[in-house]
Amino acid sequence: MDIIGKRKWYFVISAMLIIPGLIAIGISFSRWGTPFRLSIDFTSGSLLEVQFQEKVQPGQVRAIVEGLGVVDPTVQTVGDGRTVVIRSRPIEAETKTAIEAGLEQELGALTERRFETVGPSVGREVTQAAALATIAASLAILGFIVFAWRKVPNSMRYGVCATVATLHDILVTLGFFSIMSLVLGWEADALFLTALLTVVGFSVQDTIVVFDRIRENVPKRRGEPYELIVNRSLLETLHRSLATQLNAIFIIIAILFFGGATIKQFVAVLLVGMLSGSYSSIFNAVPLLVVWEKGELTNIFRGPRRQPATQ
Amino acid sequence: MRTRDLRLLIGIIIVVVFCAWVAWPNNPGIHFLGINRDIELRQGLDLQGGTQVLLEADVPATQQVTKDQMDAARGIVENRVDALGVVEPNVQLVGDRRMMVELPGIKDPDEAVDAFKGTGLLEFIDAGTTYLRPGTDVTTTQGQAAGGDAAAATPAASPAATEAQPAATLAATPTADGASTPAAAAQPTTEAQATATPAASPTPEERVYTTVLSGKDLKTAGVVLNPQTNQPNVSFTFNPEAAKTLSDFTSNNVGRYLAIVLDKKVISCPVINSPIPNGEGVIEGQFSLAEAQGLAVQLKYGALPIPLKVVDRRDVGPTLGQDSVARSVQAGAIGLVVVLLFMLIYYRLPGLLADLALLTYALVTIAIFKLVPITLTLPGVTGFLLSVGMAVDANILIFERMKEELRHGKSLSAAVEAGFSRAWTSIRDSNLSTLITCVILFWFGSTYGASTVKGFAVTLFLGVAVSMFTAITVTRTFMRATLAASGDSLRDKHQLLGI
Repeated sequence: MDIIGKRKWYFVISAMLIIPGLIAIGISFSRWGTPFRLSIDFTSGSLLEVQFQEKVQPGQVRAIVEGLGVVDPTVQTVGDGRTVVIRSRPIEAETKTAIEAGLEQELGALTERRFETVGPSVGREVTQAAALATIAASLAILGFIVFAWRKVPNSMRYGVCATVATLHDILVTLGFFSIMSLVLGWEADALFLTALLTVVGFSVQDTIVVFDRIRENVPKRRGEPYELIVNRSLLETLHRSLATQLNAIFIIIAILFFGGATIKQFVAVLLVGMLSGSYSSIFNAVPLLVVWEKGELTNIFRGPRRQPATQ
Repeated sequence: MRTRDLRLLIGIIIVVVFCAWVAWPNNPGIHFLGINRDIELRQGLDLQGGTQVLLEADVPATQQVTKDQMDAARGIVENRVDALGVVEPNVQLVGDRRMMVELPGIKDPDEAVDAFKGTGLLEFIDAGTTYLRPGTDVTTTQGQAAGGDAAAATPAASPAATEAQPAATLAATPTADGASTPAAAAQPTTEAQATATPAASPTPEERVYTTVLSGKDLKTAGVVLNPQTNQPNVSFTFNPEAAKTLSDFTSNNVGRYLAIVLDKKVISCPVINSPIPNGEGVIEGQFSLAEAQGLAVQLKYGALPIPLKVVDRRDVGPTLGQDSVARSVQAGAIGLVVVLLFMLIYYRLPGLLADLALLTYALVTIAIFKLVPITLTLPGVTGFLLSVGMAVDANILIFERMKEELRHGKSLSAAVEAGFSRAWTSIRDSNLSTLITCVILFWFGSTYGASTVKGFAVTLFLGVAVSMFTAITVTRTFMRATLAASGDSLRDKHQLLGI
């Protein structure tokens, strides 16, 4: 089976996966100035989730909440239509009590399920910490990749290819979230960042397994064309990649469909990221190595294939 | 079988038995190993319901908050929370001027938060002939307990203000409205306004009331019910010295008002009918029982050295928590069973051994969760389940390698050994990248006390670390034991080996 030979198609598929997400990110930027909606973890504010006995209309709830002096609240019903999420600027506990009393008076008994409030200073700090964590994670992983391949010829090349594959996964995940943010109103919270960094870790892990086999096969098969060695390594590790992915996906799907309601978005991001991660390690990182080796970087999509001068 | 392997096998069995004992002391009959236990582990607030509050020192950013002050405040908050009857509360300092309070399973978070965040500075002030309505904000001669620092900051800034506008001096006594900032003092007019606004009281003139006694002189406080009205009141007893002061003051001021003020707000303003000789008394206010209890708790454990404000709060209702637990258990059980079946069907005999190793892994991890102990949150459970996937990944790598070696004609035992040794570098390198991510996530979660992020990082890290041991050492030992027991008769039973 020749996987490497069809390499340019994989890049086309990746582009098709990434571009819609980039468009969504662009739209979000023009609307909110961020790649997707951010939750109160970052923007600061309050979130109150209550459950009524009967279905309620978000508009009604909004009117009542606004009537109590809360500025510009947003109200969303979730699930069965009895559960309502109210978001606003940070409110005091007294205001919350007043809102609950007001809603109970108009719309019947309710139970409070969740109340979160984040002050502006905390929101700012979380944003800073998030940026720092992302930078630290990128540097650490990059350093690790370079370290892991320090004894292989062209170790930088492996590092760069693994990083490109990881960037691919980040873009796919961000794009997915941005689309969901536009369509379903998802908001990125601290857990979203957690999912994203975890995806990065897993993506590198997948890539490492394939690269490790290439690292092993190159000295064993001197004389064989690089392309062939890489293809062989890929096929040898394909079973493992599929088996591992299947297991991880079983677990994630189980959590997604049967698990706790509050982490659905977190788990969905993990699932998309991991799918992207296994795709990119097989179909991006490895073909990219060959592209680089054969000097095709500039002309891969150009006309009939010319034999590159350097091998 | 070599003696080393035999010893290892015995060691593993001992560990498993021990972990099983730790993992379920009460219900040994549970079928889904491990999973049912994590719900009885220490559950995070998102699982059992409860409130998490981040408190911050409510002083101007320029004012120093010392470690001692924060430590003292933590101790007082801890005492107050304990006194409210919260089971297993957690109070810890986060950074230089913040404190995280976790109240699991609390029924009425609003009351509780009010009770422990209030500064709790009680004062008895000489109101003279003026009746002060409860709720009135007043200025008193007593600084807040943080007075040491705040007062030190004031003199340098205030002389100009003092001359220009007497009211500004009052504001310079820290009244927690930020008026004591040097910048404000430079502009007397604005400052005077700033003072007038919070004191939107029925008393028009600005007046400094003399503090006769304060809460730090209290010996004890409690809740009593008024026998006539059945209204909850707060009783108090002063220490002997303060009792003498009170006795003297009341003897000299019969017929006048002695206002009781909490955090600069009047809560009651009784007339002195007769001298109070023994330093005991009752505060009669319009309290609910919970409010009275909260106040008594505040008085009993003293005033906070610095005022605190809530900057971040998360409540999870018990229904949502229970729902999450039930769903996590279900999801975990389904996920685990599917993985176990997959390994068994796809890899047959080695798969069965890997399943045993996986169950060992689950037991060991849960035992660690219980022993450390690690608080499990919903993302934490996800991290644990993900690490189950990672745990089999190592075995998959090994078995795929083993099959390859067998196809190349190696003997069974040689193939097994090669599988383990060759796959090791992959397993090590690939797991390291996840471990690095976990460390960074843990740091991120810790910097502002996001227990969800931290919970995920901790369980995933532990899971990956433990899985490297179980998937390699445990599976290999099981494998060698099986080979030793069956000899080379397995060699041709390819079906059993899943080739």
